[in-house]
Amino acid sequence: MNKEIIVIGGGASGLAAAIAAKEEGRDILLIEKESKLGGILNQCIHNGFGLEVFKEEYTGPEYANKYVQKFHESKIDFLLDTTVLHIDKIENGFEIILSSKVTGMKKVTCQSIIMSTGCYERTRGSISIPGDRPYGVITAGSAQRYLNIDGYMIGKKVFILGSGDIGLIMARRMYLEGAEVLGVAELMPYSNGLTRNIVQCLNDYNIPLYLSHTVTEIHGNDDNRLESIVIQEVNQSYQPIPGTEREFSVDTLLLSIGLVPDITLMDNLDVEHDLKTKSVKVNQAYETSVPGLFICGNSLQVHDLVDNVSMESERAGKCASEFVLAKKIESNESIKIKAGNNLLFVTPHYVDFAWASRETVIQFRSTSKIEKALLTVSQGDKELLSKRKSFIVPAEMETFTLDMNQIEKGSDILVNLEVL
Amino acid sequence: MEKNFICILCPRGCRIKVDDEGTITGNFCKRGIGYVQTEMTAPTRVVTSTVRTIYKEIPRISVKTDIPIPKGLIMDVMQKINEAVIDKPMAIGDIIIENILDTGSNIVLTKPCLK
Ligand SMILES: Cc1cc2nc3c(=O)[nH]c(=O)nc-3n(C[C@H](O)[C@H](O)[C@H](O)COP(=O)(O)OP(=O)(O)OC[C@H]3O[C@@H](n4cnc5c(N)ncnc54)[C@H](O)[C@@H]3O)c2cc1C
Ligand code: SF4
Repeated sequence: MNKEIIVIGGGASGLAAAIAAKEEGRDILLIEKESKLGGILNQCIHNGFGLEVFKEEYTGPEYANKYVQKFHESKIDFLLDTTVLHIDKIENGFEIILSSKVTGMKKVTCQSIIMSTGCYERTRGSISIPGDRPYGVITAGSAQRYLNIDGYMIGKKVFILGSGDIGLIMARRMYLEGAEVLGVAELMPYSNGLTRNIVQCLNDYNIPLYLSHTVTEIHGNDDNRLESIVIQEVNQSYQPIPGTEREFSVDTLLLSIGLVPDITLMDNLDVEHDLKTKSVKVNQAYETSVPGLFICGNSLQVHDLVDNVSMESERAGKCASEFVLAKKIESNESIKIKAGNNLLFVTPHYVDFAWASRETVIQFRSTSKIEKALLTVSQGDKELLSKRKSFIVPAEMETFTLDMNQIEKGSDILVNLEVL
Repeated sequence: MEKNFICILCPRGCRIKVDDEGTITGNFCKRGIGYVQTEMTAPTRVVTSTVRTIYKEIPRISVKTDIPIPKGLIMDVMQKINEAVIDKPMAIGDIIIENILDTGSNIVLTKPCLK
């Protein structure tokens, strides 16, 4: 089988990218490893999705449904229960190995790939908590899936490590299903989740949030089931402070300690990585350093709002289409976009003049909470943008668009955030 | 007694204070006043949860209250939701419990069930 574009992953990102490329007339195949389209949205049954795109507040499944319907109306080819195992770069495109229970292993080729594989959760292995390794310690996202899709509660007395949004949402969810939720511990002095989630998920139910705290001990019983945990306050260098130990008897510890873009499929490809986003570098067309290989959604950068995922992926879909039409867009000349003061990361990483007709939408996260800031973008001595911003937090990604007419070849672009 | 609120209408998350005389301070914009007034008089929330089905391959279907319900009734609404069972194909938006606890809100499906 040979296709113009193969989209890997059928979540919010893959759906939007495929629909956008199909609108341009491309021949597309979307591959999804689960038995359903929609991705992570299927298990995010809470509301708070779509305010930007639809000007209305939807639950995750409702938001997914809107795109799934549009996807089917567009008559795009797709495979469910099918996993992409391997990607090889070949002349004029890619060769993909996929596997499904029904058809077994298969090879397909295409001219362009859109990676929209989402992200995975950090597990206990990625942080070090001493103590036993009993059952009952599980990532918040897995617990969410067990409860909301499969319908079973994993515990009755719960503590949550990490104040990421999934953890906060699960605190409320488990409380409503009758569990005792004893608290949430966050290593940083501020929450990693959206403020609205702190209020609606914790404060509403009097669930305590322990900032600058972490879990320092995990104890199992004789059956290797979780029995208790110990939390401790940390100092400015995140070291536990002796004497602040507090023990909780629990049967479940949910981990909400971060999400990492899933780019394992790119391991054997010659892509340039970004250590900050833990993904790869792209130009303003969402094209990686491998021509024709595009990436968007949570596999490019972990998003807090699905609306941004949809809009970003739509742009990526249009660009992949343009790539196929132009056969091969010769890399012209590119300049770097650099993250300056107080910025955790900036995407995209390059402005490529081969894609000069495409707008450059810049997204960034700050390194800390800033009440009043001045956002500036400059190229050499020339200022491209200067804007006052109020209330910038790391938990919320910021977006703005650069005017391509102002950008010249030559020196790099610097995005800077000054505290006012 | 002085009361404290965090406005959740926008990312700024203003910390708003209301003193004994009812004077509201700390809100950056006017919307914060409206938020605090409803929070003080009759706070409401949208409740989302799941309903059991009789189908083995889809044991749960997600649901929500189609309009916000009084905050004080959340646990009672949860109990009603947990008593319900879906035993026929239903579409997204279909009502599974009408006018729950006389709140004027319906419990509706947020995912299709075999339909
Ligand atoms: C718990 C949680 C709560 C959230 N809450 C909100 C909220 O309140 N409001 C909001 O706007 N946003 C929220 N978000 C953010 C938003 O929902 C997500 O960022 C968005 O849905 C991600 O879409 P995606 O397509 O990038 O990833 P996903 O939905 O994860 O899709 C990736 C898809 O790729 C598939 N896949 C992966 N690898 C392969 C492979 N090798 N072969 C085939 N298929 C593969 C996966 O099965 C999956 O279906 C939340 C996110 C989470 C996790
Ligand atoms: S008061 Fe206004 S600015 Fe402050 S959080 Fe509410 S809506 Fe936002």
